[in-house]
Amino acid sequence: MATSSVSKGCFVFKPSSKKRKKNSDVVDYFIEGSDDGEMARIRVNICQRLWDMTKSETEMLQDELNKKILDSLLEFIKKCASSFQSQMNDWASLMRASEIPTAALVLGVNVPDHDMTFQSLSVLLQQSVTPFVVSVQAKECTALKHLMQKVLERLIGVDVAVDDDDEDGGQRSAPVHQKRVHCSLSSLCDWYSSVTKKYETSPGKKRTSMAKDMISKPPIVIIFKDLEAFNPRVLQDFIVICSRYIQKLPLMFIFGIATSPSTIQHMLPHSVSSLLCIELFQSLSCTQHLATVVDKLVLNTEFPFKLSGKVLQVLVSIFLYHDFSVRNFIKGLQLALVEHFHSQPLSVLCCPKKEALDHAQKLSHQEVERIRQLPSFMRYVENQEPQKQVELLTNDGCVKEVCKILMKALRKYHKNYYPILRCLHTLTSSLPKYPLGKQIREIHISCLEKNVWETEEYDSAMQLLKLMAKDELVALLQKCVVILSSSKSKKMKAALGQLQNYLAKFDQLDTLSAEEVMQEAVSPEKDLQKKTDLFQLQKTLLERKETRRTKKMTPFEVLRNQILEFVDSLVRAHLVPPESQPLNEVCYYGSSGVLRRHLNATPRTSIQTALSHPYYYLQHEGLKTDSGTFSNAAPDICIVHKLHLECGRLINLFDWLEAYSTVVSAAEGKDPDSSDYGKVDELKHARFIQAVSELEFLGFVKSTKMKTDHVARLTWGGC
Amino acid sequence: MSPLKRPADSSTLEVRFIGDGDVLNHIVEKHEGQKAGPSSVQTLVTLKGSQKKLTELDDEEEEDDDFNQQDYVDALGTLTEEGAENGAAGTAGANVFSFQTLKRKNKMAQLASELAQTPAKSVNFSVSESPEKTPGKRSINQNKTPQKGKKVQFVSTTPHRLRKRLSAPNLKSESDSDYSASNSEDDEEGKEEEDTGGEKNGMAEVQPKTPSKAVPAVAVAAAALYKTPAKKSKKAPEPNLVEEYFEAHSSSKVLTSDRTLERLQTPKLDRDTLLRLLDGKPSCYNTEIEQLNQAHDKHFSKWMLQLQLGFNMLLYGLGSKKFLLEKFRTSMLSDSVHLVVNGFFPSITLKSILNAITGEILEHEGSFRTPMDQIDFIGKTLREDPDTQVYLIIHNIDGPMLRAEKTQQALGQLASVPNMHLLASIDHINAPLVWDQSKMSLFNWLWYETTTYLPYTEETSYENSLLVQQTGALALSSLTHVLRSLTPNARGIFRLLAEFQLENKDNPSYTGLSFQDFYQRCREAFLVNSDITLRTQLTEFRDHKLIRTKKGPDGVEYLLIPVDIGTLTDFLEKDEVD
Repeated sequence: MATSSVSKGCFVFKPSSKKRKKNSDVVDYFIEGSDDGEMARIRVNICQRLWDMTKSETEMLQDELNKKILDSLLEFIKKCASSFQSQMNDWASLMRASEIPTAALVLGVNVPDHDMTFQSLSVLLQQSVTPFVVSVQAKECTALKHLMQKVLERLIGVDVAVDDDDEDGGQRSAPVHQKRVHCSLSSLCDWYSSVTKKYETSPGKKRTSMAKDMISKPPIVIIFKDLEAFNPRVLQDFIVICSRYIQKLPLMFIFGIATSPSTIQHMLPHSVSSLLCIELFQSLSCTQHLATVVDKLVLNTEFPFKLSGKVLQVLVSIFLYHDFSVRNFIKGLQLALVEHFHSQPLSVLCCPKKEALDHAQKLSHQEVERIRQLPSFMRYVENQEPQKQVELLTNDGCVKEVCKILMKALRKYHKNYYPILRCLHTLTSSLPKYPLGKQIREIHISCLEKNVWETEEYDSAMQLLKLMAKDELVALLQKCVVILSSSKSKKMKAALGQLQNYLAKFDQLDTLSAEEVMQEAVSPEKDLQKKTDLFQLQKTLLERKETRRTKKMTPFEVLRNQILEFVDSLVRAHLVPPESQPLNEVCYYGSSGVLRRHLNATPRTSIQTALSHPYYYLQHEGLKTDSGTFSNAAPDICIVHKLHLECGRLINLFDWLEAYSTVVSAAEGKDPDSSDYGKVDELKHARFIQAVSELEFLGFVKSTKMKTDHVARLTWGGC
Repeated sequence: MSPLKRPADSSTLEVRFIGDGDVLNHIVEKHEGQKAGPSSVQTLVTLKGSQKKLTELDDEEEEDDDFNQQDYVDALGTLTEEGAENGAAGTAGANVFSFQTLKRKNKMAQLASELAQTPAKSVNFSVSESPEKTPGKRSINQNKTPQKGKKVQFVSTTPHRLRKRLSAPNLKSESDSDYSASNSEDDEEGKEEEDTGGEKNGMAEVQPKTPSKAVPAVAVAAAALYKTPAKKSKKAPEPNLVEEYFEAHSSSKVLTSDRTLERLQTPKLDRDTLLRLLDGKPSCYNTEIEQLNQAHDKHFSKWMLQLQLGFNMLLYGLGSKKFLLEKFRTSMLSDSVHLVVNGFFPSITLKSILNAITGEILEHEGSFRTPMDQIDFIGKTLREDPDTQVYLIIHNIDGPMLRAEKTQQALGQLASVPNMHLLASIDHINAPLVWDQSKMSLFNWLWYETTTYLPYTEETSYENSLLVQQTGALALSSLTHVLRSLTPNARGIFRLLAEFQLENKDNPSYTGLSFQDFYQRCREAFLVNSDITLRTQLTEFRDHKLIRTKKGPDGVEYLLIPVDIGTLTDFLEKDEVD
């Protein structure tokens, strides 16, 4: 092989520039991987468009969600900056002169997601408050020297690059070089004063627009992206040094905190933390973030690509049990998208309505055949009249027409599904013990998988709703009205009308029931007063008990039951699982296994399976065994592994070899009585050595000096 | 005892299907437990003791434990349940990650003979229908509790033999073949006979008993056979797990035999012979392996697609993936710039990787102060030129030299550059541990299972591997190579030290030759004339890692050749021939 060598580990391959592929892009590889050229091109285009949509959507969401906290952070920084301005004559600020204004930003444990937040934060700051924003990460600042260097380098370097745009690189490096000579805060001071002077005297052409709302002495903001990872010593020293310069330099810190604000107290002793004037900012929790993302991307009629219940569950479980990272969730979504469009040729129909109808018209014969083979379509055909059936199976044009109708129907289904889902969620999300789950995605998943009204959870939710007080119920129904009124579908409008009717009846009930209740309340008391006889009293009480048991429902209860029946009928009509819809395969991606294997793989299990059940991978009859048994004809490494499972901490190589050779001799079909049965020959020895070193390479054993010719065992599981 | 004989109120009773192998293994372990005793005639006595202790255990409790564990696994397995869809074989986490258990000395030999007995086509006999309980995957227990008196004690030992007879009726004289392969200790035979004697006894006792108690529906003969203590196959109850755990961890003594590879006719194979032998090896399952690998080839264009979309590929699974990646490289990447890194290469460094990128791919001249700067430079240059796509293939990104946190961080940063595409493979079972959350997001991995079953020939061929350590061939050749380039005097000095070390090979407390002694000897042999010459010479040896110095407790320097005795002897012999 060209890449094997005993003296080199890196091999560069560089084709001559002529041969180099010009534009090897996504489309080509996509088409290469599928058999139908033109349709694949359409598919990949749709796929890319959808992905771009997803991406921009999530970015917008991210911005929106961060807006509040960023705004308040910005406010804080502006306030601090202006106090720097006025500090000369303000006594109170003189008192706090040596305190560095600090914002502690609690962001949650999903560290990889923070990058985006900091990105937008620094952009925002640079736009509106100060050009001097530096972010530092713990991994680049192992010592005070490095931290200082990074801060200076980024501040001065960036500024130079911006200010002297027209100058060439040679001159640019000069100040950087100069800085290297004395890397200290005093040099930063000098630089700062010179820069600000320049601002005051001659605001640059580019700056004029920004400089208007910027103050003459912009603060220097240093962002510590991951506070927990910093060396406390470094941080303490840095803070102490900075506080000495606070009069000359308007410094400001932002701490990115992943765990809890008390980390600051843990990391910094009182003497240091007293130099900081800390304000706390709490960001949105990642679960809320996920909920918004799911709400916007998954529960959206405009987005034609859908996830099946299992896929969504896999993605959500990875989020909840592994990383809390919305970014990874989006990545999973992207993967699902690509996989769907890559593996399902009919996904060409998975696009906005107009296009889909257009594409349906252009379907080739091959694709029509594919449609015919879709299970959901087959079910649909079976339910048609015989004549229609024949036509559907023979006439391509007919299929195309039906396909258009069905695509429209699928769209309508979604248009009705989501509002009703939201209504159901509003009604049930505040019930005690959350029978249908707290989050809308939980209801969504259960609706996707089965008829939700057949579940026990749904029953209990309905039971609880039937116990609800009037004002609560009305409030929830009002919310449902809001949800339904935003939908444009006809059925939803009808449902809205009915719901409003019911609500009106509730209002009437108010006036009506007031009188009735009065009546009812009064009459029994009168009865009681009349009959003073003990026997009579007992009798009446018994009678009343009877009547109460079989008591006629109040008008409110009747109405409540009616409404709930209405809701139930809506649920039954519109929340049927998508599997029942013809052509659902076009839009729904369902291979959760693929997704899980790619995103949440278990390499150890795979290796272990390969070692203990070789038949699973090598479909050879000789390897087929019942569960728990093991064939002696398995590959060497499997046998060696199996044998090593029977050992303790140390394994005697000689014994191992002997055992191995016994097994192999048997597998070779040698006569057990013959003299060389189980004897170690050279070949077996060599195979054994190879297998053992492979096991060592995999990390199951390691060589040890504790005893001659022994290896140590490193794992304890195994089957 | 069979579950059928249990009181009716044990409503939790469950009858499950159980594979023959499980029963077999299980019983073997039981048998093993007996064998571990000091004397070979121990069987009945030791067994009695252990049983008395264990009979007290409550049936029901065991049952509960069994179920509790099941619940727990169910709860954990919400994710794995979905795995059913892709048909993952039965290796669940619970089997892979478990505690250390106490293993007896001869267990491996036992298993070997078991496996040897099993015909290649796996055992298949009717016992599968027997009403027994599944022991789950692993059966750790050597303490099954036949609850009744002395008679039953036999029962607990018998089934093994019994079963074996049934299982391998075509194998003659199993009592011989059973042990001949492993330790052919002489008293084994005698014991064996006693064992079988006891077993017949047990059968005799058992047989008349069964029909009366077993459900009549079961044919008498069958009942006699299956009357094996089904209960035995149950998992060890919790308290015993705990006991076992501490037992396994308490003894620091290593219970392995003292035999060494020296016993073999050819205790050492050097690399060349090894390769020659392996080349001639009739490889099995070639077609299957090929099929397996061809299945991966189909995905190449999809890999490219996903690489283009910003994902990075990570291949895992048993077997060398170098060939597969190489195939991918030659078929898909021949027209683009790419870099191949052998992560298993023992002296690969981050610097060499980065230098290869900056120097050869980006054609940048000049050096960088830190790897950080270099990565920043690479990132910047590539971002400025989005048309250049660089593919980076790393065989074994978990290689020993790349495992360091900083290296992985750096590789992650490289991988996160939009037009740098990374394909890597991992093999070590703990490889995923090198990445934390933030590194994972830098790498943006897409995991691909590519089990190939190909031998790790190249990956294991370097000096650190067990293979060469055993043969010592590399050490020997490096010794001779270095020595050959030295002056005769220097060679003499080394010989002197080597000979002294050989003389003392039987002295366990030998720490080395003190410098003063050594100097004296060298002077006597007219090899050096001053201790400065000797010191310079020793420095040279040390630089080539030929010797090691150690400060003794008295502050004196001791010199030692860090090579094992066998290699040293070989070396001296060879030297003499030369």
